[in-house]
Amino acid sequence: MELSYREALNQALAEEMERDGRVFLMGEEVARYNGAYKVSQGLLDRFGSARVVDAPISEAGFAGLGIGAAMTGLRPVIEMMTWNFAILALDQIMNNAAKIRHMSGGQLRCPIVIRGPSGAGGRLSSQHSQALEAQYAHVPGLKVVAAATPADAKGLLKSAIRDENPVMMFEAELLYGAKGEVPEGEHLVPIGKADIKRPGSQVTVLTWGRMLTACVLPAAEALAKEGIDVEVVDLRSLRPLDEETILASVNKTNRAVIVEEAWPFASVGASLVDLIQSKAFDALDAPVTRVNGLDINMAYAANLERATSPSVERIVEAVHHVLYR
Amino acid sequence: MARAAVKAKPSKSAKSKAAAKRTLHAVPRRADPFTLGGQQKVEVYTSMLRIRLLDERMMTLQRQGRIGFYGTCNGQEAATIASAYALRASDWIVPALREAGAMLMRGFPLVPYLAQVFGNSGDITKGRQMPSHPAGRAVNQVSWGSCIGSQLPHAMGAAWAAKLQGHDTVVIGYLGDGATSSNDFHVAMNFAAVFQAPVVFVCQNNHWSISIPTHKQTASESIAIKAKAYGMPGVKVDGNDADAVYAAVAEAVARARSGGGPTLVECETYRMGAHSSSDDPTRYRDQAEVDAWKKRDPIEGYRARLIAEGHWSAKKDEALRAELLEQINAAIKTAEALPPPDHDTLFEDVYFDLPWHLQEQRAQFKAALQRAGGSLAGALPGSAH
Repeated sequence: MELSYREALNQALAEEMERDGRVFLMGEEVARYNGAYKVSQGLLDRFGSARVVDAPISEAGFAGLGIGAAMTGLRPVIEMMTWNFAILALDQIMNNAAKIRHMSGGQLRCPIVIRGPSGAGGRLSSQHSQALEAQYAHVPGLKVVAAATPADAKGLLKSAIRDENPVMMFEAELLYGAKGEVPEGEHLVPIGKADIKRPGSQVTVLTWGRMLTACVLPAAEALAKEGIDVEVVDLRSLRPLDEETILASVNKTNRAVIVEEAWPFASVGASLVDLIQSKAFDALDAPVTRVNGLDINMAYAANLERATSPSVERIVEAVHHVLYR
Repeated sequence: MARAAVKAKPSKSAKSKAAAKRTLHAVPRRADPFTLGGQQKVEVYTSMLRIRLLDERMMTLQRQGRIGFYGTCNGQEAATIASAYALRASDWIVPALREAGAMLMRGFPLVPYLAQVFGNSGDITKGRQMPSHPAGRAVNQVSWGSCIGSQLPHAMGAAWAAKLQGHDTVVIGYLGDGATSSNDFHVAMNFAAVFQAPVVFVCQNNHWSISIPTHKQTASESIAIKAKAYGMPGVKVDGNDADAVYAAVAEAVARARSGGGPTLVECETYRMGAHSSSDDPTRYRDQAEVDAWKKRDPIEGYRARLIAEGHWSAKKDEALRAELLEQINAAIKTAEALPPPDHDTLFEDVYFDLPWHLQEQRAQFKAALQRAGGSLAGALPGSAH
């Protein structure tokens, strides 16, 4: 069935809350207002105010509450209005959620899902437009997923809620309205499995999140018209990474381009380069090339915002580069 | 009662100021459910004495280089033990630095407690946490997070979760006076009151946050009074009086358990020792102040009261000391002899399952260990195992 990305997330939440009475949703504006991006539409009416909860405005507060609840047996889903604001909960996430199982020698657990939109949202400037997934992917104990399509959004969120570990789910403001086919019935996407969104033979393009539909697939189509056959690998899971799928693709095409909305320094893409050079060095016919957001803070002006993000043109150029064209 | 209640309901400020000053009087006894019986008092005293003796031994071991770090409860035994004594076994403790004694009182055995201090294979937390940061799921006590205050939202969240599930569980979240400056204190107090979570925040106001006195942490006339603005009862109590601490916390616990929401209990006490084994308080603190508080030692005072009330005797006390010391020394001997944690545990519990990348790292690590002949002496002192 065709669903929007937000409807797919909404279905995932509703199905998991139906299945498991321990699951609850908390965040700013999630209940009465149905979510800042309407992801929780109708959930308050369906599940009541005990399980769909408007929290006072403190990211550290609802993240911390979720951690305490997870330690003592519940399965919290914490919505961050955006990942930019989750910075206010970083101590709770990095020092606590990520470490509780480990620090307690496995006695305590923290099965919490923290989710919300990431990346540019359309003229929202620097404090609303960051793609910060690398900060979380850096931390042992956390899992990090990023859904690019409605089907993956639903399947990943359901898997995240069932996971025994803290899972950070990166959505995108500009994707919530995007439509796509979502399988009928129970649909789970395993965490740690990439998905080849477009098979190809000449160049591997690795990406995740909004970049897939915003510019990677359009670039692949443009390149196809030139006779260049690009394979697009949607990582979906950033920690753990699906190394097998990534390396199989690079070993097949011998060329890799990484497209990432985030800044280039110390990013997930930087780690992918390390992975490929250390484990597929002999397969490479060209240096791994990266297309990132510019290494600056995001502007409000529309033309400047567009110029900051990866684009079809920059991806096409990068693919030409690894093909020495 | 010695408690100067700072209730949430409106009161004239002059009255509350007077109330805040009226804190450390003798406790008139009263027969109510929040008064300990003789046998209970002996139990409380025993646990207070156990952690005092244990802490003294631990500081010696630390000075001898046998353990890495330690933070004692010295001077705060009444606040720690008598507050935790108000809980049921099914309740939770989310501690700060100085509540290990509560764990022992609630049945956590001495040998694994000490193994945690040594960080060896007898430690159920597998050599991962600093001493004074133990965790015991079996006694519902979690490990303290070293960032000041960050435990308080967990206490509030665990309490909120209990309420959601219809359990009558209560959670105590401990903090020091310094933690009242943290954003998480505000967050936890606010959420707890808004959600009417069954949590009791027990602040051990020991007058010092390392070298910073309480009046430099807050300009409030007390810590308890802060509760008022959040819409919950705040109670200030003589934290060196175990009976008064118990009465205040038991009342707050009963209120929380019956759906009456959270309470902030300020136990005014004193850190008689250093902040931790890494601290030398003589550099910033007047010895006369320490000496004055030593005259109000919670253990000495409680022993005298128990004897006066006919629950205890000097002879029993001598026997108890000897017995506790023997237990402690035997446990130290057993715990210290245990081997260090196995290298394999390095990769455990990062995730519920061992993900591929950690399986790979473990294999690489083991291969490197084997090549090095079983010892990878890292770049840090003492990491030769």
